Amino acid sequence: MASERIDSPELPDFTILKRLARDQLIYILEQLPGKKDLFIEPDLMSPLDRIANVSILKQHEVDKLYKLEDKPIYSNCDQLCFLIRPRIKHVKFIANLVRSDKASARNRKYKIIFSPQKFYTCDMVLEQEGIFGDVTCDEWSFYLLPLDDDIISMELPEFYRDYFLEGDQRWVGTVAKALHLLNSIFGPVSKTYGIGRCSKMVFDLWRDLLEDDEHDQKDRRSDLGLVFMIDRDVDYVTPMCSQVVYEGLVDDIFRIKCGSVEFGPEVTSCDKSIKVLLNSQDKVFNEIRNEHFSNVFSFLSQKARNLQSQYDKRQGMDIRQMKTFVAQELKGLKQEHRLLSLHIGACESIMKKKTKQDFQELMKTEHSLLEGFEIRESISFIEEHINRQVSPIESLRLLCLLSITEYGLITKDYRSLKTQYLQSYGPEHLLTFSNLKRTGLLTEQAPGETLTAVENKMSKLVTDKAAGKLTDAFSSLAKKSNFRGIGKKLGLIPRVDGEYDLKTPKDMAYIFSGAYIPLSCKLMEQVLQRKGWTGLEEVTRLLNGNEFAEQLCDRNSGSQRTIVAVFLGGCTFSEISALRFLGKEAGYKFIFLTTSITNGARMLESMMETKS
Amino acid sequence: MDFYTANWYPMGSVYYRKFDCYRMEWDLRDGFRECLVAAGPYAGTVALMRNYCAKPGRPILEIYSAAGVLLSSIPWKSGQVVHLGWTLTQDLVCIQEDGTVLIYDIFCAFKRHFSLGSEVKQNQVLEAKVFHTEYRTGIAILTGALKFTVASNIDDVKLRRLPEIPALRGPPTCWTVLFNDRVPLVLAAVGPDLYLLDNTSCTAVTLPGMSPLAGSALQMAVSFNYKYLAVFTDTGYIWMGTASLTDKLCEFSSDLRQAPKQMAWCIRPGSRNIALALMWEKLIFLVGRAREGVHFPLDEPSFIVPELDGIRIVSSSTHEFLHEIPKVTEDIFKIASMAPGALLLEAQKEYEKESQKADDYLREIKDQNHLSDAVENCIEAAGYEHAPEMQKSLLRAASFGKCFVEKYSPADFVTMCQDLRILNAIHDYQIGIPLTMTQYKQLTIQVLLDRLVLRRLYPLALKICEYLKFSDFQGVSRILAHWACYKVQQKEKSDDEIAQAINQKLGDTLGISYSEIASRACECGRTELAIKLLEYEPKSEDQVPLLLKMKRSNLALAKAIESGDTDLVYTVVTYMKNEFNRGDFFMTLQNHPVALSLYRQFCKHQEPETLKDLYNQDDNHLELGNFYVRSSYGAEKRVEGRVAELQNAVEEYNKAKSELAARATEDQIKLLRNQRALQDKVDKPYLDFSLHDTVYNLILDGMHKKAEQLYKEFKIPDKRYWWLKISALAEKEDWEELEKFSKSKKSAIGYLPFVEICMKHQNKVEAKKYIARVGIEQRVKAFLLVGDLDQAAESAIEHRNEQEMNMVLSRCASAADNTIVEKINRAKSLILKK
Repeated sequence: MASERIDSPELPDFTILKRLARDQLIYILEQLPGKKDLFIEPDLMSPLDRIANVSILKQHEVDKLYKLEDKPIYSNCDQLCFLIRPRIKHVKFIANLVRSDKASARNRKYKIIFSPQKFYTCDMVLEQEGIFGDVTCDEWSFYLLPLDDDIISMELPEFYRDYFLEGDQRWVGTVAKALHLLNSIFGPVSKTYGIGRCSKMVFDLWRDLLEDDEHDQKDRRSDLGLVFMIDRDVDYVTPMCSQVVYEGLVDDIFRIKCGSVEFGPEVTSCDKSIKVLLNSQDKVFNEIRNEHFSNVFSFLSQKARNLQSQYDKRQGMDIRQMKTFVAQELKGLKQEHRLLSLHIGACESIMKKKTKQDFQELMKTEHSLLEGFEIRESISFIEEHINRQVSPIESLRLLCLLSITEYGLITKDYRSLKTQYLQSYGPEHLLTFSNLKRTGLLTEQAPGETLTAVENKMSKLVTDKAAGKLTDAFSSLAKKSNFRGIGKKLGLIPRVDGEYDLKTPKDMAYIFSGAYIPLSCKLMEQVLQRKGWTGLEEVTRLLNGNEFAEQLCDRNSGSQRTIVAVFLGGCTFSEISALRFLGKEAGYKFIFLTTSITNGARMLESMMETKS
Repeated sequence: MDFYTANWYPMGSVYYRKFDCYRMEWDLRDGFRECLVAAGPYAGTVALMRNYCAKPGRPILEIYSAAGVLLSSIPWKSGQVVHLGWTLTQDLVCIQEDGTVLIYDIFCAFKRHFSLGSEVKQNQVLEAKVFHTEYRTGIAILTGALKFTVASNIDDVKLRRLPEIPALRGPPTCWTVLFNDRVPLVLAAVGPDLYLLDNTSCTAVTLPGMSPLAGSALQMAVSFNYKYLAVFTDTGYIWMGTASLTDKLCEFSSDLRQAPKQMAWCIRPGSRNIALALMWEKLIFLVGRAREGVHFPLDEPSFIVPELDGIRIVSSSTHEFLHEIPKVTEDIFKIASMAPGALLLEAQKEYEKESQKADDYLREIKDQNHLSDAVENCIEAAGYEHAPEMQKSLLRAASFGKCFVEKYSPADFVTMCQDLRILNAIHDYQIGIPLTMTQYKQLTIQVLLDRLVLRRLYPLALKICEYLKFSDFQGVSRILAHWACYKVQQKEKSDDEIAQAINQKLGDTLGISYSEIASRACECGRTELAIKLLEYEPKSEDQVPLLLKMKRSNLALAKAIESGDTDLVYTVVTYMKNEFNRGDFFMTLQNHPVALSLYRQFCKHQEPETLKDLYNQDDNHLELGNFYVRSSYGAEKRVEGRVAELQNAVEEYNKAKSELAARATEDQIKLLRNQRALQDKVDKPYLDFSLHDTVYNLILDGMHKKAEQLYKEFKIPDKRYWWLKISALAEKEDWEELEKFSKSKKSAIGYLPFVEICMKHQNKVEAKKYIARVGIEQRVKAFLLVGDLDQAAESAIEHRNEQEMNMVLSRCASAADNTIVEKINRAKSLILKK
């Protein structure tokens, strides 16, 4: 793969964000002196682990650690501390606990630490449940978790559902605050581009925050150049495609959680699972993460041979040389060896799953959907997929991809596929379909609606929206994808003669085996190249508008080549790989700020109503 | 400057000086007769209540600046006032006979009142005193029942009744308030005895070093800092000592017998000298440690105001200040002084005259290495001067002297110039605040600014802030905000006019809170003005609460939504929920979708029933349907209950004209009933399986008939049914049944899946049975599936299909397959040749 351009800027060191978060947490814990038990909600466990380990917590008089689950607790401690996201469910759970303690005349101190912030609803619930005075609250402003040198996650997977499905804007301010934090430590940012309603709202709030402390923003060297914000619903196609770049594949198959993955026995070839941190510190991983999967195996075997030859150096060493070898190199080699065998194991496990005929056909179907050929064949493939109950999520993903690439499903198909799906996976998915319709992921073409009619209606809706009459929920109801048109305008489907060269790719399409350039990344490339939206009017019209470009500070203090790519609603590893590729080609350095790392499965799971 | 010391009066070795501050502007023909007078500390304003006990005609309350300029007046309409006093924050305290205490500001605007209790009301107030501690103002009362009541903080009134003085016949001849560790005590004189009253006890005390023959106390005075106490007895004896009553400082025997009208300490902070001023009708008598006192005759009736560093003497025509001359001033101006400061002052004068003597003087100071002292002294002394000319000449001397000092830091000089400019500005008779440098330093500039604001002297306060280069936040914006708050109270001007005027002046000055100003406007009942002002407030979190307070909830909601702060939206929504009736509340929400979706989120967790009502209100049948479906999986556990919920859903879906959803739900009802029947029959959990899983399990359980029935009842597509059945049979490894099924009719999915499914369960023998029936185009695939490369190659060659041949080739790995490879290659070349 292309090597780094010399003129590309350095990445700022984001570890300071971790230190800030840790210091604040310690401060909060010390506000409750004495021994205390800490209850942590499951979603915060992994992020917390990246910030402060158990021994740090113990140092600050945390006695026992519990996972906050919906079941009774057994703690003898007189002080209970809860570390939660600001969700009503958790607050109610704590309220019940406090009340049952009261009923049994148990006197304890309770402290709720909300991360990253408390919402008014939490207070409302505490008040309604009658325990407002019994607990103390704190906010742990832990907005940003650096997952890697260039990835910062807010670890808010619910952002997607809350905003894009429920029309709940509560996290919008949180993202603005997070951006503000990033800006105040590493900024100032000189210019911001964005597309999407949510991006616009975040930007407006962020600008208000900036204006509030404008006076101390002057004369600082900046590590950041530009910001590009994008709403997830601008590009639904990309996350609905199967990922074939190594890191994305690992995420699809093993689920990377907060930057680490748990490889099961089938990978580790022993009887226990191993948790591995996946980031640039892992030398082996760092070299293959952005590679198309077809290249990974040969790379790994090459690597194994190199490793062996380094081991072989031992032969013919005298005692002294051996001593330095053991002292200096052996440990590194062993480490590399361990990682190498893990990744080889992972690859084998992936190969087993992916080389089946099913997968080939799945890829073929996805590619024909993207290209818009052989739609009927694709539909029957999907139908068979559903009938054979291959996987509820996969089936749904294909349905969504079909819908987004085809301006929605025609009524006949929609009805039959939906009925089939319900028969296969259960009627409760009636709600899932209703949710998908609302977000625009899976829609039904209104009868008799041609493309132009849709477009006319769209533009009318856009103007209505300007009058403030249309809600997010409604606008997404009417949201019809214009993928074909956009694809043509931006050249998202590369026309290649012969085989696409995956070993030395020439564009970002390699992350989808040369079939498709992710829309989100292509948009960024175009805007960065054109230094604005001029010339993209047709595209933005098809994308529902809401694009903006705003100068924030006049001086170009920092490098204009460092770009913070902000994904509202999550970003996929494929997009990260694509932009890293673009960065290397064009001499940019991308920093990814996302509400969470996502993929098709995560997005669709969040659309399902949990049975509880 | 020969006459400079003309107004100096020596008392022992200490000099005192009395100078005019102002010719009074006021017109008091009758002097202070029939008047209650009170002057505030730190050059405060003067309150006068004329005819305060005149029966005919109402008393008039007037408030003057220290220069006698009338600030405000009102006819007094309340009860009989016994005592007037000022608080530290320049509010006027009027203590009435009936125990009511009324508080007014300097513009005679009533602020508040409180009562000292029914006991005081019953017995009436005989005498009262207002006293100050560092941060608060208190009052002490002597009631008609001869009991003392003390409230040590009038901002937070807690009354304390002090114990009675035993065998008391008449009121004490005199009394005062002392402090012991911040707790106020009362010292009262009854005949020759003195009593100290604290919270619990009444103790008879004697003053140390006072002769028992000294007589009964007629008057007593505590110093400004409550450190010293002075007592005047009917033998003309004056005792001066500490207020802790532990030490005597000095005593003085005068030949005066009559009780003085007023007594006040005249001391300078930091000085070890003490002096007490006693005032009679025509005389002020100053006594101290020296054997002789100093007499200051008075032309007209006056009153004295104790200050931190001296006393103010106010009469109907003048306002004078009497204080001890500071050491530096004395050193410089004492006749024939050779102190460095004095020499420097001389040197500078000679220099101005272009005389060489200047050099002589300078040399003399420099020889003694005193030049920097001299400069410092001149600077310091300038601060003690009242007249600008004297200040100037001293500063000129300092400025001259500092040129000859190496590395002199001008900070002190600059500060002194700044301070003096400010003091001179406020000394002007139109402002009338005769603060001395010592008082000013104690008071601090912040408090001075507050006082100017209180006097509504906004322009001057602004000028001072600008002059001192205060940050906007500390200075200008604070004052402008006060100005604006005052402005909104001007009833005669229109809302628009005021809002505009305020915005014009304030603009976007940093630190201005428009919401505070609006809040004031709202308090004055000017809601419209408040709303106009709020438009300028950039912070929504400040706008919204006030709008709610003014009951403009719709506007508040709009602002909250605009702000993007969901917490604010919830604040308004909660408010509306409590204030509005349900119908209106829902209507409002419908008009604000952002608020609606937020509230829905809340209801989902906290009030599910409300959620239903919301959908009902909106006739949103689709969502209602979804709601019922959701609850059929949620709270409801019994099958009948779930069916009932689903039936509701069907109804709603029908109303919403969503046939598909209605049908799917109806199917689900049917399925649930079937599942329950099954569960009862076979004692195996069937509930909550999907249709597919239900049929699949039926086949696994061998209930083929039932499965067939469901297949028909639910119109399961053939393809699905075939897939389902062969998968289930294979899982069950019921190969016989599978074969039977394959022959029952023509397969809807072809026969390749049969091969696949057998292979999935590693049954090659069974798989092979079906190969023959697999369609020609898929036969190669089938052979490959069972691993029969030979056959696969055969049929690929037969078909002459290159793609198929390649597929076979790709499977050939081991050496044993070489023959096959060759065969295919041969066939391929054959095709090519053709």
